[in-house]
Amino acid sequence: MKGSANGMRALRGGASRYSIFALARNALSYHENWQKAWRSPEPKPEYDVIIVGGGGHGLATAYYLASVHGIRNIAVVEKGWVGGGNTGRNTTIIRSNYLWDESAGIYEHALKLWEGMSQELNFNVMFSQRGVLTLAHSEHELKEMRRRVEAIRLNGIDSEVMSPAQIKQLVPIIDTNPGIRYPVMGGFIQRRGGTARHDAVAWGYARAADDLGVDIIQNCEVTGILRDGGKVTGIETNRGTIKAKKVGVVTAGHSGVVASMAGLNLPIDSRPLQALVSEPIKPCIDTVVMSNAVHMYISQSDKGELVFGAGVDSYNSYSQRGSIPTVEGLLAAAVELYPIVSRLRVLRTWGGIVDTCPDASPIISKTPVDGLYFNCGWGTGGFKATPGSGHVFADLIARDEPNAIAAPFSLKRFETGYLIDEHGAAGVAH
Amino acid sequence: MLHITCPWCGPRDDNEFHYGGEAHILRPAAPEKLSDGEWAEYLFLKQNAKGPFLERWSHSAGCRQWFNVVRNTATDEIIEIYPMGELPKSPEGIKAYEGNWRRQSAAEKNAKAGVSGT
Ligand SMILES: Cc1cc2nc3c(=O)[nH]c(=O)nc-3n(C[C@H](O)[C@H](O)[C@H](O)COP(=O)(O)OP(=O)(O)OC[C@H]3O[C@@H](n4cnc5c(N)ncnc54)[C@H](O)[C@@H]3O)c2cc1C
Ligand SMILES: [Zn+2]
Repeated sequence: MKGSANGMRALRGGASRYSIFALARNALSYHENWQKAWRSPEPKPEYDVIIVGGGGHGLATAYYLASVHGIRNIAVVEKGWVGGGNTGRNTTIIRSNYLWDESAGIYEHALKLWEGMSQELNFNVMFSQRGVLTLAHSEHELKEMRRRVEAIRLNGIDSEVMSPAQIKQLVPIIDTNPGIRYPVMGGFIQRRGGTARHDAVAWGYARAADDLGVDIIQNCEVTGILRDGGKVTGIETNRGTIKAKKVGVVTAGHSGVVASMAGLNLPIDSRPLQALVSEPIKPCIDTVVMSNAVHMYISQSDKGELVFGAGVDSYNSYSQRGSIPTVEGLLAAAVELYPIVSRLRVLRTWGGIVDTCPDASPIISKTPVDGLYFNCGWGTGGFKATPGSGHVFADLIARDEPNAIAAPFSLKRFETGYLIDEHGAAGVAH
Repeated sequence: MLHITCPWCGPRDDNEFHYGGEAHILRPAAPEKLSDGEWAEYLFLKQNAKGPFLERWSHSAGCRQWFNVVRNTATDEIIEIYPMGELPKSPEGIKAYEGNWRRQSAAEKNAKAGVSGT
Protein backbone atom coordinates (compact mmCIF):
# COMPACT_ATOMS: atom_id res chain seq x y z
CA MET A 1 0.00 0.00 0.00
CA LYS A 2 1.57 3.28 -1.05
CA GLY A 3 1.27 6.38 1.10
CA SER A 4 -1.07 8.07 -1.36
CA ALA A 5 -3.39 5.09 -1.21
CA ASN A 6 -4.41 6.02 2.30
CA GLY A 7 -6.82 8.60 1.10
CA MET A 8 -5.08 11.93 1.71
CA ARG A 9 -7.42 13.34 -0.92
CA ALA A 10 -9.92 13.99 1.82
CA LEU A 11 -7.73 16.81 2.99
CA ARG A 12 -7.96 18.65 -0.30
CA GLY A 13 -11.06 20.64 0.46
CA GLY A 14 -10.23 20.58 4.15
CA ALA A 15 -10.37 24.05 5.54
CA SER A 16 -9.71 23.86 9.27
CA ARG A 17 -13.23 24.11 10.57
CA TYR A 18 -12.57 24.15 14.25
CA SER A 19 -10.32 26.94 15.52
CA ILE A 20 -10.00 29.22 18.50
CA PHE A 21 -11.73 31.94 16.44
CA ALA A 22 -14.63 29.67 15.52
CA LEU A 23 -14.96 28.77 19.19
CA ALA A 24 -15.12 32.44 20.21
CA ARG A 25 -17.54 33.29 17.41
CA ASN A 26 -19.86 30.41 18.31
CA ALA A 27 -19.71 31.25 21.99
CA LEU A 28 -21.47 34.51 21.14
CA SER A 29 -24.43 32.56 19.80
CA TYR A 30 -24.49 30.09 22.69
CA HIS A 31 -22.97 27.34 20.52
CA GLU A 32 -26.27 26.87 18.75
CA ASN A 33 -25.02 27.58 15.24
CA TRP A 34 -22.17 25.13 14.69
CA GLN A 35 -22.38 23.62 11.25
CA LYS A 36 -23.49 19.98 11.09
CA ALA A 37 -20.55 17.59 10.82
CA TRP A 38 -22.41 15.48 8.27
CA ARG A 39 -25.71 15.60 6.37
CA SER A 40 -28.75 13.45 7.19
CA PRO A 41 -29.94 12.53 3.71
CA GLU A 42 -32.96 10.45 2.76
CA PRO A 43 -31.88 7.10 1.30
CA LYS A 44 -31.55 7.09 -2.49
CA PRO A 45 -33.26 4.24 -4.39
CA GLU A 46 -29.92 2.66 -5.31
CA TYR A 47 -26.23 2.72 -4.38
CA ASP A 48 -23.08 1.16 -5.80
CA VAL A 49 -22.13 0.02 -2.29
CA ILE A 50 -24.11 -0.12 0.93
CA ILE A 51 -22.26 -0.56 4.20
CA VAL A 52 -24.46 -1.99 6.96
CA GLY A 53 -23.37 -0.74 10.39
CA GLY A 54 -22.21 2.76 11.27
CA GLY A 55 -19.52 1.85 13.78
CA GLY A 56 -15.90 2.82 13.32
CA HIS A 57 -15.19 -0.12 11.01
CA GLY A 58 -18.18 0.56 8.75
CA LEU A 59 -17.52 4.29 8.53
CA ALA A 60 -13.82 3.73 7.85
CA THR A 61 -14.74 1.26 5.11
CA ALA A 62 -16.99 3.84 3.44
CA TYR A 63 -14.33 6.53 3.78
CA TYR A 64 -11.61 4.42 2.14
CA LEU A 65 -13.98 3.21 -0.59
CA ALA A 66 -14.52 6.85 -1.47
CA SER A 67 -11.02 8.22 -0.89
CA VAL A 68 -8.86 5.36 -2.13
CA HIS A 69 -11.09 3.64 -4.66
CA GLY A 70 -13.00 6.64 -5.98
CA ILE A 71 -16.42 5.07 -5.45
CA ARG A 72 -18.79 7.89 -4.49
CA ASN A 73 -22.28 6.42 -4.62
CA ILE A 74 -22.13 4.86 -1.16
CA ALA A 75 -24.47 4.68 1.83
CA VAL A 76 -23.76 3.69 5.40
CA VAL A 77 -26.96 2.50 7.08
CA GLU A 78 -27.02 2.40 10.87
CA LYS A 79 -29.93 1.16 12.96
CA GLY A 80 -29.21 3.54 15.82
CA TRP A 81 -26.74 6.38 15.84
CA VAL A 82 -23.22 6.52 14.45
CA GLY A 83 -20.73 5.04 16.93
CA GLY A 84 -23.46 3.90 19.34
CA GLY A 85 -22.38 0.25 19.22
CA ASN A 86 -19.11 -1.17 20.48
CA THR A 87 -17.19 1.74 18.98
CA GLY A 88 -18.68 4.06 21.60
CA ARG A 89 -18.55 1.48 24.40
CA ASN A 90 -14.98 0.27 24.21
CA THR A 91 -12.00 1.07 26.40
CA THR A 92 -9.93 2.20 23.40
CA ILE A 93 -6.77 0.17 23.89
CA ILE A 94 -4.65 0.17 20.76
CA ARG A 95 -1.68 -2.12 20.16
CA SER A 96 -0.30 -4.39 17.46
CA ASN A 97 1.78 -6.85 19.50
CA TYR A 98 0.05 -10.05 18.40
CA LEU A 99 1.69 -13.44 18.14
CA TRP A 100 1.03 -14.68 14.62
CA ASP A 101 2.29 -13.13 11.38
CA GLU A 102 -1.23 -12.76 9.96
CA SER A 103 -2.37 -10.79 13.02
CA ALA A 104 0.79 -8.69 13.04
CA GLY A 105 -0.05 -7.87 9.41
CA ILE A 106 -3.50 -6.46 10.04
CA TYR A 107 -2.96 -4.88 13.46
CA GLU A 108 0.32 -3.20 12.52
CA HIS A 109 -1.26 -1.93 9.30
CA ALA A 110 -3.91 -0.37 11.54
CA LEU A 111 -1.40 1.06 14.01
CA LYS A 112 0.48 2.83 11.19
CA LEU A 113 -2.81 4.36 10.02
CA TRP A 114 -3.58 5.47 13.60
CA GLU A 115 -0.29 7.35 13.61
CA GLY A 116 -1.52 9.61 10.80
CA MET A 117 -5.27 9.55 11.43
CA SER A 118 -5.84 12.97 12.99
CA GLN A 119 -4.04 14.62 10.06
CA GLU A 120 -5.74 12.47 7.46
CA LEU A 121 -9.25 13.14 8.80
CA ASN A 122 -8.51 16.69 9.93
CA PHE A 123 -10.15 15.67 13.21
CA ASN A 124 -8.36 15.24 16.51
CA VAL A 125 -8.90 11.61 17.51
CA MET A 126 -6.63 12.15 20.54
CA PHE A 127 -4.44 9.18 19.66
CA SER A 128 -2.06 8.92 22.59
CA GLN A 129 0.89 6.53 22.33
CA ARG A 130 1.23 6.13 26.06
CA GLY A 131 2.31 2.49 25.86
CA VAL A 132 0.47 -0.73 26.63
CA LEU A 133 2.00 -2.93 29.31
CA THR A 134 0.89 -6.55 29.78
CA LEU A 135 1.69 -8.22 33.11
CA ALA A 136 2.87 -11.75 33.80
CA HIS A 137 1.79 -13.29 37.12
CA SER A 138 3.35 -16.74 37.04
CA GLU A 139 6.53 -18.49 35.96
CA HIS A 140 4.66 -19.98 33.03
CA GLU A 141 3.27 -16.65 31.87
CA LEU A 142 6.75 -15.14 32.13
CA LYS A 143 8.24 -17.78 29.83
CA GLU A 144 5.38 -17.57 27.38
CA MET A 145 5.76 -13.78 27.40
CA ARG A 146 9.47 -13.91 26.54
CA ARG A 147 8.74 -16.16 23.60
CA ARG A 148 5.96 -13.83 22.48
CA VAL A 149 8.18 -10.76 22.70
CA GLU A 150 10.71 -12.36 20.34
CA ALA A 151 8.03 -13.44 17.88
CA ILE A 152 6.60 -9.92 17.85
CA ARG A 153 10.01 -8.36 17.28
CA LEU A 154 10.68 -10.69 14.37
CA ASN A 155 7.69 -9.04 12.73
CA GLY A 156 9.33 -5.64 13.17
CA ILE A 157 6.93 -4.59 15.94
CA ASP A 158 8.28 -2.89 19.05
CA SER A 159 8.12 -4.99 22.18
CA GLU A 160 10.19 -5.01 25.37
CA VAL A 161 10.31 -7.13 28.50
CA MET A 162 10.10 -5.24 31.80
CA SER A 163 11.18 -6.33 35.26
CA PRO A 164 8.97 -5.79 38.34
CA ALA A 165 11.27 -2.91 39.40
CA GLN A 166 10.92 -1.19 36.02
CA ILE A 167 7.17 -1.72 36.17
CA LYS A 168 6.99 -0.14 39.62
CA GLN A 169 8.85 2.86 38.28
CA LEU A 170 6.50 3.25 35.32
CA VAL A 171 3.33 2.56 37.33
CA PRO A 172 3.87 3.78 40.91
CA ILE A 173 0.34 2.84 42.03
CA ILE A 174 0.89 -0.87 41.33
CA ASP A 175 1.58 -3.27 44.19
CA THR A 176 4.69 -5.30 43.30
CA ASN A 177 4.79 -7.08 46.66
CA PRO A 178 5.61 -10.74 45.82
CA GLY A 179 3.19 -11.91 48.52
CA ILE A 180 -0.06 -11.00 46.76
CA ARG A 181 -2.29 -13.66 45.20
CA TYR A 182 -1.22 -12.83 41.64
CA PRO A 183 2.21 -11.23 42.08
CA VAL A 184 3.71 -9.05 39.34
CA MET A 185 6.55 -11.18 38.00
CA GLY A 186 7.30 -9.10 34.95
CA GLY A 187 5.63 -7.74 31.88
CA PHE A 188 6.08 -6.62 28.30
CA ILE A 189 5.32 -3.28 26.79
CA GLN A 190 4.56 -1.91 23.36
CA ARG A 191 5.47 1.75 23.64
CA ARG A 192 3.80 2.68 20.35
CA GLY A 193 0.49 1.36 21.69
CA GLY A 194 -1.95 3.52 23.61
CA THR A 195 -5.48 4.92 23.49
CA ALA A 196 -7.67 7.21 21.37
CA ARG A 197 -10.99 9.00 21.75
CA HIS A 198 -13.58 6.46 20.53
CA ASP A 199 -16.35 8.90 19.58
CA ALA A 200 -13.90 11.08 17.69
CA VAL A 201 -12.91 8.13 15.53
CA ALA A 202 -16.53 7.53 14.50
CA TRP A 203 -17.20 11.23 14.02
CA GLY A 204 -13.96 11.87 12.16
CA TYR A 205 -14.58 9.07 9.66
CA ALA A 206 -18.26 10.04 9.35
CA ARG A 207 -17.41 13.64 8.57
CA ALA A 208 -14.63 12.77 6.14
CA ALA A 209 -16.81 10.19 4.36
CA ASP A 210 -19.72 12.64 4.15
CA ASP A 211 -17.34 15.21 2.61
CA LEU A 212 -16.66 12.70 -0.15
CA GLY A 213 -20.37 12.27 -0.83
CA VAL A 214 -21.11 9.19 1.29
CA ASP A 215 -24.71 9.18 2.59
CA ILE A 216 -24.81 8.39 6.30
CA ILE A 217 -28.29 7.18 7.13
CA GLN A 218 -29.03 6.77 10.83
CA ASN A 219 -32.10 5.19 12.46
CA CYS A 220 -32.25 2.81 9.53
CA GLU A 221 -32.32 -0.85 10.50
CA VAL A 222 -31.60 -3.53 7.95
CA THR A 223 -34.27 -6.24 8.12
CA GLY A 224 -33.51 -8.23 4.99
CA ILE A 225 -30.84 -8.86 2.39
CA LEU A 226 -32.20 -9.05 -1.13
CA ARG A 227 -30.71 -11.59 -3.51
CA ASP A 228 -31.34 -12.76 -7.00
CA GLY A 229 -29.79 -15.99 -8.24
CA GLY A 230 -26.98 -16.07 -5.70
CA LYS A 231 -26.18 -12.38 -6.11
CA VAL A 232 -26.97 -9.55 -3.73
CA THR A 233 -29.33 -6.88 -5.10
CA GLY A 234 -30.05 -4.66 -2.11
CA ILE A 235 -31.40 -4.44 1.40
CA GLU A 236 -34.75 -4.22 3.09
CA THR A 237 -34.92 -1.65 5.89
CA ASN A 238 -37.45 -0.05 8.22
CA ARG A 239 -37.24 2.91 5.83
CA GLY A 240 -37.94 0.88 2.72
CA THR A 241 -36.03 -1.07 0.09
CA ILE A 242 -32.64 0.21 -1.05
CA LYS A 243 -30.97 -1.39 -4.05
CA ALA A 244 -27.22 -2.00 -4.18
CA LYS A 245 -24.64 -3.66 -6.38
CA LYS A 246 -22.55 -4.59 -3.36
CA VAL A 247 -23.29 -4.84 0.36
CA GLY A 248 -20.64 -4.88 3.11
CA VAL A 249 -21.86 -5.94 6.54
CA VAL A 250 -19.98 -4.61 9.58
CA THR A 251 -22.38 -5.13 12.47
CA ALA A 252 -20.16 -6.58 15.23
CA GLY A 253 -22.34 -8.40 17.81
CA HIS A 254 -25.28 -8.52 15.40
CA SER A 255 -23.36 -10.14 12.55
CA GLY A 256 -25.07 -13.49 13.07
CA VAL A 257 -28.49 -11.86 12.95
CA VAL A 258 -27.71 -10.07 9.68
CA ALA A 259 -26.03 -13.16 8.20
CA SER A 260 -29.17 -15.21 8.79
CA MET A 261 -31.07 -12.67 6.63
CA ALA A 262 -28.97 -13.96 3.73
CA GLY A 263 -29.31 -17.60 4.76
CA LEU A 264 -25.75 -17.74 6.09
CA ASN A 265 -24.35 -19.01 9.39
CA LEU A 266 -21.21 -17.69 10.99
CA PRO A 267 -18.73 -19.16 13.47
CA ILE A 268 -19.62 -16.40 15.93
CA ASP A 269 -21.06 -16.24 19.44
CA SER A 270 -22.35 -12.90 20.68
CA ARG A 271 -21.49 -12.15 24.29
CA PRO A 272 -21.56 -9.15 26.62
CA LEU A 273 -18.27 -7.44 27.39
CA GLN A 274 -18.29 -4.98 30.26
CA ALA A 275 -16.30 -1.97 31.34
CA LEU A 276 -16.59 0.69 34.01
CA VAL A 277 -15.12 4.02 35.05
CA SER A 278 -14.39 5.46 38.47
CA GLU A 279 -15.10 9.00 39.58
CA PRO A 280 -12.44 11.34 38.16
CA ILE A 281 -9.22 11.78 40.13
CA LYS A 282 -5.89 13.51 39.55
CA PRO A 283 -3.54 11.86 37.04
CA CYS A 284 -2.01 8.75 38.59
CA ILE A 285 -1.35 6.37 35.71
CA ASP A 286 -0.10 7.50 32.30
CA THR A 287 0.06 4.17 30.50
CA VAL A 288 -2.27 1.21 29.93
CA VAL A 289 -1.76 -1.93 32.04
CA MET A 290 -3.40 -5.21 31.13
CA SER A 291 -3.44 -8.42 33.06
CA ASN A 292 -4.73 -11.53 31.37
CA ALA A 293 -4.49 -13.85 34.38
CA VAL A 294 -6.87 -11.74 36.45
CA HIS A 295 -9.03 -10.49 33.56
CA MET A 296 -8.53 -6.82 34.27
CA TYR A 297 -6.98 -3.80 32.65
CA ILE A 298 -6.69 -0.16 33.60
CA SER A 299 -5.95 3.24 32.11
CA GLN A 300 -6.88 6.83 32.95
CA SER A 301 -8.94 9.05 30.70
CA ASP A 302 -8.12 12.69 30.08
CA LYS A 303 -11.07 13.57 32.30
CA GLY A 304 -9.38 11.70 35.15
CA GLU A 305 -11.66 8.68 35.36
CA LEU A 306 -9.92 5.36 35.82
CA VAL A 307 -11.13 3.14 32.99
CA PHE A 308 -11.42 -0.57 33.84
CA GLY A 309 -12.16 -3.43 31.53
CA ALA A 310 -13.05 -7.03 32.33
CA GLY A 311 -13.04 -10.37 30.59
CA VAL A 312 -15.95 -11.33 28.37
CA ASP A 313 -19.12 -12.71 30.03
CA SER A 314 -19.51 -16.46 29.86
CA TYR A 315 -22.85 -16.80 28.05
CA ASN A 316 -24.43 -15.62 24.79
CA SER A 317 -26.60 -12.55 25.07
CA TYR A 318 -27.75 -9.54 23.09
CA SER A 319 -29.09 -7.64 26.09
CA GLN A 320 -26.14 -5.19 26.33
CA ARG A 321 -26.05 -5.92 30.05
CA GLY A 322 -23.49 -8.14 31.61
CA SER A 323 -23.39 -10.16 34.76
CA ILE A 324 -22.46 -8.62 38.13
CA PRO A 325 -19.99 -11.39 39.11
CA THR A 326 -17.81 -10.37 36.14
CA VAL A 327 -17.63 -6.82 37.47
CA GLU A 328 -16.97 -8.07 41.02
CA GLY A 329 -14.09 -10.20 39.75
CA LEU A 330 -12.62 -7.26 37.88
CA LEU A 331 -12.87 -5.00 40.93
CA ALA A 332 -11.36 -7.61 43.28
CA ALA A 333 -8.35 -7.85 41.00
CA ALA A 334 -8.12 -4.07 40.65
CA VAL A 335 -8.13 -3.52 44.41
CA GLU A 336 -5.41 -6.08 44.96
CA LEU A 337 -3.09 -4.81 42.22
CA TYR A 338 -3.78 -1.10 42.73
CA PRO A 339 -4.69 -0.66 46.42
CA ILE A 340 -5.45 3.08 46.04
CA VAL A 341 -8.57 2.31 44.00
CA SER A 342 -10.29 0.67 46.99
CA ARG A 343 -11.64 4.02 48.14
CA LEU A 344 -12.90 5.19 44.74
CA ARG A 345 -16.51 5.11 43.73
CA VAL A 346 -17.71 3.60 40.48
CA LEU A 347 -19.23 6.25 38.25
CA ARG A 348 -20.86 4.02 35.67
CA THR A 349 -20.70 0.53 34.19
CA TRP A 350 -21.90 -0.66 30.80
CA GLY A 351 -21.71 -3.51 28.34
CA GLY A 352 -21.47 -4.05 24.63
CA ILE A 353 -22.19 -7.17 22.60
CA VAL A 354 -19.03 -8.57 21.09
CA ASP A 355 -18.73 -11.03 18.22
CA THR A 356 -16.38 -13.76 19.42
CA CYS A 357 -14.79 -16.14 16.92
CA PRO A 358 -13.43 -19.64 17.73
CA ASP A 359 -9.83 -18.58 17.02
CA ALA A 360 -10.15 -15.05 18.46
CA SER A 361 -9.34 -13.60 15.04
CA PRO A 362 -11.58 -11.55 12.77
CA ILE A 363 -13.42 -12.46 9.59
CA ILE A 364 -12.85 -10.19 6.56
CA SER A 365 -14.41 -12.17 3.79
CA LYS A 366 -16.41 -12.76 0.69
CA THR A 367 -19.43 -15.00 1.20
CA PRO A 368 -21.24 -17.61 -0.90
CA VAL A 369 -23.51 -14.74 -2.02
CA ASP A 370 -21.92 -12.66 -4.81
CA GLY A 371 -21.42 -9.04 -3.86
CA LEU A 372 -22.05 -9.68 -0.15
CA TYR A 373 -19.09 -9.22 2.19
CA PHE A 374 -18.69 -9.62 5.93
CA ASN A 375 -16.31 -7.93 8.32
CA CYS A 376 -16.83 -9.20 11.88
CA GLY A 377 -15.50 -11.47 14.60
CA TRP A 378 -13.30 -8.77 16.15
CA GLY A 379 -14.70 -9.79 19.51
CA THR A 380 -13.21 -8.02 22.50
CA GLY A 381 -10.47 -6.22 20.61
CA GLY A 382 -11.42 -4.64 17.31
CA PHE A 383 -11.27 -0.94 18.12
CA LYS A 384 -7.50 -0.95 17.64
CA ALA A 385 -8.01 -2.35 14.15
CA THR A 386 -10.58 0.25 13.03
CA PRO A 387 -8.52 2.06 10.33
CA GLY A 388 -6.77 -1.08 9.08
CA SER A 389 -9.98 -3.08 8.99
CA GLY A 390 -11.79 -0.36 7.04
CA HIS A 391 -8.86 0.04 4.68
CA VAL A 392 -8.54 -3.62 3.69
CA PHE A 393 -12.31 -4.22 3.69
CA ALA A 394 -12.80 -1.32 1.27
CA ASP A 395 -10.14 -2.89 -0.92
CA LEU A 396 -11.90 -6.29 -0.79
CA ILE A 397 -15.25 -4.76 -1.72
CA ALA A 398 -13.82 -2.60 -4.51
CA ARG A 399 -11.77 -5.36 -6.14
CA ASP A 400 -13.86 -8.38 -5.12
CA GLU A 401 -10.53 -9.94 -4.18
CA PRO A 402 -8.73 -9.92 -0.81
CA ASN A 403 -5.30 -8.33 -0.58
CA ALA A 404 -2.41 -10.03 1.20
CA ILE A 405 -3.35 -8.56 4.60
CA ALA A 406 -7.02 -9.58 4.41
CA ALA A 407 -6.66 -12.97 2.71
CA PRO A 408 -5.86 -15.07 5.82
CA PHE A 409 -9.05 -13.83 7.51
CA SER A 410 -11.41 -15.42 4.99
CA LEU A 411 -14.32 -17.59 6.16
CA LYS A 412 -12.64 -20.41 4.26
CA ARG A 413 -10.14 -20.85 7.07
CA PHE A 414 -12.69 -22.77 9.10
CA GLU A 415 -12.89 -25.29 6.30
CA THR A 416 -9.17 -25.54 5.55
CA GLY A 417 -8.24 -25.57 9.23
CA TYR A 418 -5.89 -22.63 8.78
CA LEU A 419 -7.01 -20.97 12.03
CA ILE A 420 -5.19 -17.97 13.45
CA ASP A 421 -5.32 -18.82 17.12
CA GLU A 422 -4.87 -15.62 19.10
CA HIS A 423 -6.33 -16.92 22.36
CA GLY A 424 -2.96 -17.45 24.07
CA ALA A 425 -1.84 -14.64 26.29
CA ALA A 426 -4.08 -12.25 24.38
CA GLY A 427 -7.18 -14.29 25.20
CA VAL A 428 -9.03 -11.85 27.37
CA ALA A 429 -7.21 -8.73 26.48
CA HIS A 430 -7.93 -5.96 24.10
CA MET B 1 -27.20 -11.14 36.63
CA LEU B 2 -29.04 -14.28 35.68
CA HIS B 3 -31.02 -16.11 38.31
CA ILE B 4 -31.02 -19.76 37.32
CA THR B 5 -33.21 -22.37 38.97
CA CYS B 6 -31.21 -25.58 39.24
CA PRO B 7 -33.67 -28.50 38.93
CA TRP B 8 -32.04 -30.07 42.02
CA CYS B 9 -30.98 -27.12 44.20
CA GLY B 10 -33.41 -24.32 43.36
CA PRO B 11 -32.74 -20.70 42.39
CA ARG B 12 -29.11 -19.55 42.50
CA ASP B 13 -26.98 -16.71 41.06
CA ASP B 14 -25.29 -17.32 37.73
CA ASN B 15 -21.75 -17.40 39.16
CA GLU B 16 -22.51 -20.83 40.64
CA PHE B 17 -23.03 -22.17 37.12
CA HIS B 18 -20.86 -23.02 34.16
CA TYR B 19 -22.07 -22.29 30.65
CA GLY B 20 -22.08 -25.13 28.14
CA GLY B 21 -23.18 -23.30 25.00
CA GLU B 22 -25.73 -24.46 22.43
CA ALA B 23 -27.67 -27.63 23.36
CA HIS B 24 -28.60 -30.59 21.14
CA ILE B 25 -25.51 -30.55 18.88
CA LEU B 26 -25.14 -34.19 17.84
CA ARG B 27 -21.71 -35.56 17.10
CA PRO B 28 -21.57 -37.14 13.64
CA ALA B 29 -21.43 -40.93 13.88
CA ALA B 30 -19.33 -41.30 10.74
CA PRO B 31 -17.29 -38.11 10.37
CA GLU B 32 -15.28 -39.56 7.50
CA LYS B 33 -18.45 -39.41 5.37
CA LEU B 34 -18.67 -35.62 5.77
CA SER B 35 -16.95 -33.15 3.45
CA ASP B 36 -14.56 -30.60 4.95
CA GLY B 37 -17.29 -27.98 4.60
CA GLU B 38 -19.88 -30.11 6.40
CA TRP B 39 -17.42 -30.92 9.16
CA ALA B 40 -16.56 -27.21 9.55
CA GLU B 41 -20.28 -26.48 9.81
CA TYR B 42 -20.62 -28.97 12.66
CA LEU B 43 -17.46 -27.87 14.42
CA PHE B 44 -17.46 -24.09 14.06
CA LEU B 45 -20.75 -22.60 12.87
CA LYS B 46 -23.09 -21.30 15.54
CA GLN B 47 -26.78 -20.78 15.99
CA ASN B 48 -26.16 -17.67 18.15
CA ALA B 49 -29.86 -16.81 18.09
CA LYS B 50 -31.22 -13.45 19.17
CA GLY B 51 -34.36 -14.60 20.94
CA PRO B 52 -35.21 -18.01 22.44
CA PHE B 53 -32.02 -20.10 22.51
CA LEU B 54 -31.49 -23.67 23.73
CA GLU B 55 -28.38 -23.99 25.85
CA ARG B 56 -26.68 -26.18 28.45
CA TRP B 57 -25.71 -25.15 31.96
CA SER B 58 -23.96 -27.04 34.72
CA HIS B 59 -24.38 -26.23 38.41
CA SER B 60 -20.63 -26.46 38.85
CA ALA B 61 -20.44 -24.85 42.31
CA GLY B 62 -23.40 -26.88 43.58
CA CYS B 63 -24.70 -30.31 42.65
CA ARG B 64 -22.54 -30.43 39.46
CA GLN B 65 -25.47 -31.62 37.35
CA TRP B 66 -25.98 -30.58 33.73
CA PHE B 67 -29.36 -29.45 32.41
CA ASN B 68 -30.89 -27.57 29.47
CA VAL B 69 -32.32 -24.06 29.46
CA VAL B 70 -34.48 -22.11 27.00
CA ARG B 71 -33.42 -18.48 27.41
CA ASN B 72 -34.35 -15.42 25.40
CA THR B 73 -30.94 -13.94 24.59
CA ALA B 74 -32.48 -10.56 23.72
CA THR B 75 -33.94 -10.09 27.21
CA ASP B 76 -32.11 -12.76 29.28
CA GLU B 77 -35.52 -14.13 30.38
CA ILE B 78 -35.40 -17.83 31.24
CA ILE B 79 -38.38 -19.54 29.64
CA GLU B 80 -37.90 -23.22 30.47
CA ILE B 81 -35.49 -25.57 32.23
CA TYR B 82 -35.50 -29.24 31.19
CA PRO B 83 -33.34 -32.34 31.73
CA MET B 84 -30.44 -33.49 29.56
CA GLY B 85 -31.52 -35.97 26.92
CA GLU B 86 -34.96 -34.40 26.53
CA LEU B 87 -36.38 -31.80 24.15
CA PRO B 88 -38.04 -28.53 25.20
CA LYS B 89 -41.81 -28.46 25.80
CA SER B 90 -42.55 -24.71 25.78
CA PRO B 91 -43.80 -23.29 22.46
CA GLU B 92 -40.76 -20.95 22.30
CA GLY B 93 -38.42 -23.86 22.95
CA ILE B 94 -40.03 -26.14 20.36
CA LYS B 95 -39.90 -23.36 17.75
CA ALA B 96 -36.24 -22.63 18.52
CA TYR B 97 -35.40 -26.34 18.27
CA GLU B 98 -37.20 -26.88 15.00
CA GLY B 99 -36.06 -23.58 13.44
CA ASN B 100 -32.37 -24.23 14.08
CA TRP B 101 -30.43 -24.67 10.78
CA ARG B 102 -28.60 -27.59 12.38
CA ARG B 103 -31.70 -29.81 12.06
CA GLN B 104 -31.16 -29.79 8.26
CA SER B 105 -27.36 -30.09 8.42
CA ALA B 106 -25.43 -33.01 6.97
CA ALA B 107 -23.68 -33.52 10.31
CA GLU B 108 -26.95 -34.01 12.18
CA LYS B 109 -28.32 -36.36 9.54
CA ASN B 110 -25.08 -38.30 9.75
CA ALA B 111 -25.37 -38.44 13.56
CA LYS B 112 -28.99 -39.61 13.47
CA ALA B 113 -28.26 -42.30 10.89
CA GLY B 114 -25.51 -43.60 13.18
CA VAL B 115 -27.63 -43.90 16.32
CA SER B 116 -30.67 -45.58 14.78
CA GLY B 117 -32.01 -48.16 17.17
CA THR B 118 -31.24 -46.23 20.39
C1 LIG C 1 -16.73 -2.90 26.92
C2 LIG C 1 -15.89 -3.06 25.68
C3 LIG C 1 -14.53 -2.78 25.73
C4 LIG C 1 -13.74 -2.94 24.61
N1 LIG C 1 -12.43 -2.57 24.68
C5 LIG C 1 -11.65 -2.60 23.58
C6 LIG C 1 -10.31 -2.10 23.63
O1 LIG C 1 -9.84 -1.63 24.66
N2 LIG C 1 -9.56 -2.16 22.49
C7 LIG C 1 -10.05 -2.68 21.33
O2 LIG C 1 -9.32 -2.73 20.36
N3 LIG C 1 -11.34 -3.15 21.25
C8 LIG C 1 -12.15 -3.11 22.34
N4 LIG C 1 -13.45 -3.55 22.28
C9 LIG C 1 -13.95 -4.14 21.02
C10 LIG C 1 -14.32 -3.04 20.03
O3 LIG C 1 -15.20 -2.13 20.64
C11 LIG C 1 -14.99 -3.62 18.80
O4 LIG C 1 -14.29 -4.72 18.28
C12 LIG C 1 -15.07 -2.57 17.69
O5 LIG C 1 -15.43 -1.31 18.19
C13 LIG C 1 -16.06 -3.01 16.65
O6 LIG C 1 -16.32 -1.95 15.77
P1 LIG C 1 -17.46 -2.05 14.72
O7 LIG C 1 -17.48 -0.77 13.99
O8 LIG C 1 -17.27 -3.29 13.92
O9 LIG C 1 -18.75 -2.31 15.60
P2 LIG C 1 -19.85 -1.35 16.25
O10 LIG C 1 -19.29 -0.05 16.70
O11 LIG C 1 -20.59 -2.16 17.23
O12 LIG C 1 -20.73 -1.04 14.99
C14 LIG C 1 -21.69 -1.94 14.46
C15 LIG C 1 -22.93 -1.14 14.17
O13 LIG C 1 -23.84 -1.94 13.44
C16 LIG C 1 -25.14 -1.51 13.77
N5 LIG C 1 -26.11 -2.53 13.39
C17 LIG C 1 -26.30 -3.76 13.95
N6 LIG C 1 -27.31 -4.41 13.34
C18 LIG C 1 -27.76 -3.57 12.37
C19 LIG C 1 -28.82 -3.66 11.39
N7 LIG C 1 -29.60 -4.75 11.31
N8 LIG C 1 -29.01 -2.61 10.56
C20 LIG C 1 -28.23 -1.50 10.64
N9 LIG C 1 -27.24 -1.36 11.55
C21 LIG C 1 -27.01 -2.38 12.40
C22 LIG C 1 -25.05 -1.28 15.27
O14 LIG C 1 -26.08 -0.42 15.74
C23 LIG C 1 -23.65 -0.69 15.43
O15 LIG C 1 -23.64 0.72 15.49
C24 LIG C 1 -14.29 -3.42 23.39
C25 LIG C 1 -15.66 -3.70 23.33
C26 LIG C 1 -16.46 -3.51 24.45
C27 LIG C 1 -17.92 -3.81 24.36
ZN1 LIG D 1 -27.74 -27.85 41.55
